[in-house]
Amino acid sequence: MKVMHCPLNGPRNMSEFVYGGEVTEMPDPSTCSSEAWAEYVFLRDNLVGVVREWWYHTPTSYWFIAERNTVTDEIVRSYPVTELFDKRVEFQSRDS
Amino acid sequence: MPFGLLKYGLATKYPARRHFTARKDLNPHYDVVIIGGGGHGLATAYYLAKEHGIRNVAVLEKGYLGGGNTARNTAVIRANYLTPEGVTFYHESLKLFHTLSNEFDYNVMFSERGQLTLAHTDSTIRSFRWRAEVNKHFGVRSELIDREQIRELVPTLNMSEDVRYPILAGLWHADGGTGRHDAVAWGYARGAAERGVELHQLTEVTGLQIENGKITAVETNRGLVGCGCAVQAVAGMSSVLARIAGFRLPIVTYPLQAMVTQPLKPFLDPLVSSAQLHCYVSQTARGEIVIGGGSDPYPLYSTRSSLELKESLLAHTIEMFPFLSEVKLLRQWAGITDMTPDYSPVMGLSPVENYYLDAGWGTWGFKATPICGKTMSQLVATGKVPELIAAFGLDRFKTFKQINEAGATAASH
Repeated sequence: MKVMHCPLNGPRNMSEFVYGGEVTEMPDPSTCSSEAWAEYVFLRDNLVGVVREWWYHTPTSYWFIAERNTVTDEIVRSYPVTELFDKRVEFQSRDS
Repeated sequence: MPFGLLKYGLATKYPARRHFTARKDLNPHYDVVIIGGGGHGLATAYYLAKEHGIRNVAVLEKGYLGGGNTARNTAVIRANYLTPEGVTFYHESLKLFHTLSNEFDYNVMFSERGQLTLAHTDSTIRSFRWRAEVNKHFGVRSELIDREQIRELVPTLNMSEDVRYPILAGLWHADGGTGRHDAVAWGYARGAAERGVELHQLTEVTGLQIENGKITAVETNRGLVGCGCAVQAVAGMSSVLARIAGFRLPIVTYPLQAMVTQPLKPFLDPLVSSAQLHCYVSQTARGEIVIGGGSDPYPLYSTRSSLELKESLLAHTIEMFPFLSEVKLLRQWAGITDMTPDYSPVMGLSPVENYYLDAGWGTWGFKATPICGKTMSQLVATGKVPELIAAFGLDRFKTFKQINEAGATAASH
């Protein structure tokens, strides 16, 4: 079976992981237009080549980021989420 | 007998009829350029020439005609969808399949054998009732049937209650069937070529020239081709071409794997599928058992096969037909599919003027080939979106008006 490297658990069978979608930037839901929100929800880059994706290790409920080639299925690198997101993202609430 | 055949084959009295003339140089300009020489592109070209008199058309195909997902699907034809938009659209397609062989004078081997979908839970039975009612309302034959009726239809099916997911009921779709996918593409190709459409194989589109938001020319590996308008019909690579055109699509590309066993004596008339088991099974006219399943668990632009999917797919197939465990696999392959969030196609207008979309064909593209050609050719000829496909436009994702067919796929993905 194909093996993926989990930043928390080391090499594990591919069947233990769940794909979580492209890493994208979320617009502020309380201030963005509904068109921008629709774009964020539905439209995808769906690139050919190395892409940055969310992955989830099911047995340990652990989310991380992986860079993977979408043609060769080669996993180039996987790393903890903290490498990309080092501080809490605050969104404006509609009331404030 | 073999000598008789050989004699017939070598006789000059019955020369083989060529499907279309060999390629020549590309013209500097065409009224319509169709990108993608699969079933959909060829059908669009065919109806443009036949019904709209538009013959200055070129179909550009990077490989060979019908060699992509047209050759890789499992040839299922059915119309038992869930939404009114989906049911009416696929029903029109199904009706066209009935007449294709006569129209082409070419056998597309359409065989109306009926499709049986199995329910293993109460919630599936509820959704079957819903689908059956919607189908009947639009004139599609669908009905909920019980275990006894299932046993009569498919006596070889494992009806044991001592399995992980015992069969509780079924959705019987008498209109369902299969057709020869290659023949459909070849029939359209021949018919289009006879009417003056140019078919160019080994011609890959590498760029698009867009001026003031309007398409003017297509760049290919064989030079620049001017065009009045263009149609993109490259399911599997839709996002890649749309990116060249400058917009994004609500599509993620997943492989879909299928396989076929060695031939057996005929035992299975209807198509049998189970969404719960992510599996559908049918027997071809040659006797081979075609087994198809859900998409791969994550996106990929590759037609490689994986052991994981084979294992799970075959385990489920053997639960339905235990005796197949004795049978050898003959071939295994994959296609790459445009999966959309609502499991409906994305077709019609695009953000680029005169550039028409035929994308998002996920795992449901083959059965739509005829109606897709009809409606896309209408769109190209008139510039107006036909009523039948109005709901499938790209803009439905801006207005949150998705057409949810997730529950009506043969194998959930």
